[in-house]
Amino acid sequence: MLESYLLKKLQKKKILLMTHIVLGYPSFEDSFRIIETMVNAGVDLMELQIPFSEPVADGPVILRANQKSLAGGATVKRCFDLAERVVGSFDIPFLFMSYYNILFKYGVDRFTQKMSEIGLYGAIVPDLPPEEGDAYLKAMQKNQLAPIFIFSPTTLDERLEYLASFGDGFIYCVARKGVTGEDTNFSKDLNSYLARCRKATKLPLALGFGVKEKKDIDFLKGKVEIAIIGSETIRLIDDKGVGVVGEFIKSLKI
Amino acid sequence: MIKRGYYDGFGGAFLPEILVATFDELDNVFTQAKKEPAFWEKYKDIMSDYSCRPTPLTFAENLTRHFGGARIYIKREDLNHTGAHKANNVMGQGLLVKRMGKTRVIAETGAGQHGVATATMAAKFGFKCTIYMGEVDMMRQRPNVFWMERLGAEVIPVLDGTKILKDAINEAFRDWVTNMDTTHYVLGTACGPHPFPEMVSFFQSIIGKEARKQILEKEGRLPSRVYACVGGGSNALGIFQGFLDDPVELVGVEAGGLGLDSGRHASRLSSKDASIGIAQGYKTYFLQNNDGQMRETHSVAAGLDYVGVSPILAQLKEKGRVRFESATDREVVDALSLAMKKEGLIPALESAHAFAQAFKDAPHLSKKDLIIINQSGRGDKDIFTVADAFNDPAWRDFIKGKAEEYNA
Repeated sequence: MLESYLLKKLQKKKILLMTHIVLGYPSFEDSFRIIETMVNAGVDLMELQIPFSEPVADGPVILRANQKSLAGGATVKRCFDLAERVVGSFDIPFLFMSYYNILFKYGVDRFTQKMSEIGLYGAIVPDLPPEEGDAYLKAMQKNQLAPIFIFSPTTLDERLEYLASFGDGFIYCVARKGVTGEDTNFSKDLNSYLARCRKATKLPLALGFGVKEKKDIDFLKGKVEIAIIGSETIRLIDDKGVGVVGEFIKSLKI
Repeated sequence: MIKRGYYDGFGGAFLPEILVATFDELDNVFTQAKKEPAFWEKYKDIMSDYSCRPTPLTFAENLTRHFGGARIYIKREDLNHTGAHKANNVMGQGLLVKRMGKTRVIAETGAGQHGVATATMAAKFGFKCTIYMGEVDMMRQRPNVFWMERLGAEVIPVLDGTKILKDAINEAFRDWVTNMDTTHYVLGTACGPHPFPEMVSFFQSIIGKEARKQILEKEGRLPSRVYACVGGGSNALGIFQGFLDDPVELVGVEAGGLGLDSGRHASRLSSKDASIGIAQGYKTYFLQNNDGQMRETHSVAAGLDYVGVSPILAQLKEKGRVRFESATDREVVDALSLAMKKEGLIPALESAHAFAQAFKDAPHLSKKDLIIINQSGRGDKDIFTVADAFNDPAWRDFIKGKAEEYNA
């Protein structure tokens, strides 16, 4: 479902843009406004992060957004409520992103069923390799949701194929080592990695970690189907407030 | 992913993809080393040469008389170099780092003992060293920060989250996902993704091996009970492994903080406040809320206030093989005081949890019963906390005077 949507969109656009926000940061009302602004500015799909107290794969920008959201009273229920409102209001695919404990404590079956009822398209769970994901994979499939798996530059070819065999929708290619929010060197070095990714799967490729401006996205055109912007919008909101998000997305001229 | 390391449903390896290859490498190197008898011999030699092993098993004659029950023995892990059992694990992992050809080590630390031990190992083996420590713990254990820095390690304060041990672990992981080519993460306890629980327990098993041999030499029979404090669980698993197949009751003592009813504690296996979850790469009992968010913990002992616990101990709890109890901050300070006055021993606040529970039980045991308490570390590092707990006026005057000296 997600993949066919993406392929249809890609007939009109050379590269799609996925953005990321932490639900409840700076507040739930702000989250809604940010999403509205992003959709109006032409974002093609979005990942909505349910905050977790131990976001190991995230760098300082997203880590602090997680903490502040939780300190402000974020709960899984409020995240579901907002997701429901958002999906009902805007006509692009939304994914959940969170760490596995959030799904596990809620009950993986109940969690995925609720995602499906609301109309979410899939989920990104960065600390859940397929080896640990039996229950999750079954539940996602049952509810026709796309489990998004992650490729990394340290992943061997054989394992890329193994991961791809569980993936649906698209593959999230991490651009480099490290956590979210650090700089990435968008140079020829990425090409051989992306060629390895391409060889391992027929699914569309998305690239994230360190994507923050138009020239990064221009570099990625023709190399991947989706560019992912994560920390950069949160950093902008931290520095300049919610109001600048629309202008920023438009400046990327996707 | 080669192997996931499960203990009846606890454990596993919930890894971000970027670290999978690094864990495979570590698992390979460890599995190979574990198979080689020569590796264990080399490890034992280093521990004997560098860290006073075997550590003694001391008969606590005065405490035994005081309680009038079981004969009390104390396993002296405090006599390791750097003053705690942490040295065992650190030197073992150091040997693996050499095998892997890495040049830098990182570690988290709570009480600071694991950080100091890692810093000494790095100095001895010639590795660069970075230690992550929660800001709250840095305040509590400033002397250890001083030693780590003098030993050449960089100590990075962790200002995020609850600013204690679990947050230091998160930061160490964040360093590792960037620098894994050169760097090994020396996790300090039997927690985290596979192979850490198995690997740390393997190196710490030296405690139990020695203790079993020593008690048989001294008494010709096995103890009735063995007591150990439980933070992450490495010293407990270390000594328990010597007696797992024997008819010996094993007692793990967690941080009761201000009391289990207060909610301000770190008891995961002895309270009803913890539930099964997945965080920091493994599945175990965590102190968390219904949404799966980790809760704040409390203990007078910085080394025990961890939100999770070794998956191997979680398994032993479910099997009924280990009894879990808790001791409150107050009970711990009293037990420390008694151990000092009766035996001249200075257990760390962490270790004093094991003493507190043993002291509760000892009078109810017969004179034929033997018990062993694992004194996992020495208490002089806790001088600031203990002085505050005793409300020692002379110490306070000394500190004030010292501060004035610096101000002058």
